Amino acid sequence: MQANVNVRRFNPDEEAPKSYNQEYQVEVDENFTVLDTLIKVREEIDGSLALRCSCRASICGSCAVRVNGHAVLACKTHVSEHLSEDDSVSIEPAGNLPVIKDLVVDLNPFWDKIRAVEPYMQPSLPEPEAEYLAPNDVMLHLVDVMGCIMCGACVSDCTVLEVDKNFLGPAALAKAYRFVADTRDVEDDKRLRMYNAYGGMWDCTRCGECVTACPKGVAPMERIMALREKAMEAKIPTGSYDGAAYGYRHSQVFEDIISHSGRLDETKLVIKTLGLFNIPKMLGLVPVAMNAAFRRKMPPLLHPAVPGVGQIRRIAARISANKRKAAK
Amino acid sequence: MKFTFFPGCVSRGGAPELYQSTVAVAEKIGIELEEIEGWSCTGAGALQESNPLLGDTLNARNFALAQRMGLPIMTICSTCQGVMAQAKVKLEDEEYRAEINEILATEGLEYTGGIEVKHMLWIMVEDIGLDKIKSLAVRSLDGVFLAPFYGCYIVRPSAALEYDEHPQRKVALELVIKALGATAVDNDGKTRCCGFPILTINEKNSLAMVAKHTGEAQDLGADAMVTPCPLCHLNLDGFQAKAAKQMGKQINVPILHLPQVIGAALGMDGPSLGLNKHIISAFDVAMKMGVRV
Repeated sequence: MQANVNVRRFNPDEEAPKSYNQEYQVEVDENFTVLDTLIKVREEIDGSLALRCSCRASICGSCAVRVNGHAVLACKTHVSEHLSEDDSVSIEPAGNLPVIKDLVVDLNPFWDKIRAVEPYMQPSLPEPEAEYLAPNDVMLHLVDVMGCIMCGACVSDCTVLEVDKNFLGPAALAKAYRFVADTRDVEDDKRLRMYNAYGGMWDCTRCGECVTACPKGVAPMERIMALREKAMEAKIPTGSYDGAAYGYRHSQVFEDIISHSGRLDETKLVIKTLGLFNIPKMLGLVPVAMNAAFRRKMPPLLHPAVPGVGQIRRIAARISANKRKAAK
Repeated sequence: MKFTFFPGCVSRGGAPELYQSTVAVAEKIGIELEEIEGWSCTGAGALQESNPLLGDTLNARNFALAQRMGLPIMTICSTCQGVMAQAKVKLEDEEYRAEINEILATEGLEYTGGIEVKHMLWIMVEDIGLDKIKSLAVRSLDGVFLAPFYGCYIVRPSAALEYDEHPQRKVALELVIKALGATAVDNDGKTRCCGFPILTINEKNSLAMVAKHTGEAQDLGADAMVTPCPLCHLNLDGFQAKAAKQMGKQINVPILHLPQVIGAALGMDGPSLGLNKHIISAFDVAMKMGVRV
């Protein structure tokens, strides 16, 4: 079959360089990967097309690109599965990273963020005579997250990085979790304080893009949520970043409200999360509240509990009691 | 056609127009809805952060209550849909379900697995059918440009949402928009995050997302955005003016709920669809749809 392959191109050597789309007609069969297709373009149609690849077997993590707007590993993705009704497919460089040329992006910002989480074991000293031991179940739990091949697909599709380059991002935070959850590493407290800062675990939106994009099942978002759970459990101080304090309180207040009344009380959630005496924040909410009231869509001030709420309260109490028992 | 109805907290709180338009449209189409007595919040992903076991147990409780009624569940919230779909997958594990059922048993409840949970959007496409909707429409929305905006939880993770079994779910919103005669305005943001989950944590980033998506829809010539997610609605509608100010841009895009658009085509009037309850006025788009506000 013939595929219409639209490639986003960019040549920095041009005068006033600008990205543009170029279409190639490529003969492909159903086993062709996106990478096979791009290599065919480069070798048979246009030798100037720049792309990065190495192992061609989903191991090296070199070939992440966006296909029809979503990040994939080019070598792991069949092009036939992404052709539109008119046999077209769009291929762009990975997102959220500066483009060097065509489909090749600069990974330095990616590596800077990986380095920022101190991605190495910090075990207790002195070193044991033999190896540091770790329970089997701890390491089994970490198998998926250790499978990260640093391809940057998750970073490409991260919705937070699109608006805030300061965010550590899914790959770095998943790597961070890998060390927090490893019992041989003894710096959990220091690490969690560090990841609590602006750009850390609390800035994730839980949109799930990184989980979908990851070709290796690392599920970065779930690791970020696990970091939050660990930080809350360990009562790690929120430091100077207000967002972390709001994140803690949002989580706790949300649970309290649901455990008490069964349903969300939006007004109480916002006020208790931000703090009633947080004057700037409260003043910032006034226009929103007035607009809602004017449109008769202000949530009720007296929040009703669900019918038979006793059942929910008892369930929540039972789960808390079991947790406390397990902790002892 | 009958469903147990799971309205979700936001349609009973900050977005009452979603509840009222759903009930009105369901009646017009012939969907019988029986609300689950005593339903609780799904946890919206937030409860799952701090207490996943409680989140799963409350979802199992909702499922058990629905199973007693012997009907599938209809939701009208992308977030509820996604959270329930993920809980359902976890509860397919028999050992885990037994653990949860042990907690529920003290309340005389049991979830036996296999509940069907469907968003109203999917029901329109898969159960009612686009032809039936077309046949019931008394107004064509021809000439109205609507930008779809799904909400993360009805898109990801696609396995829990059974996208492989139902590939049309990927484009369900566009299918409904087109069936009503309107033009679906394709936009990059349609499956991205609206920013709502971090509104209280990092307002600046949240508002940047609002401005990005509403600004894109406006630049593409959309008369309004349409969403099956009331949380997206709250952020894109309620915080649009603030987001526009932050970005130094003029943005004015009404954010419609899915049943409001369907109701417009079915000949319903603005007040019964709650079109007068939007922060960003829906007056112009309502007029364009031929709806009296």
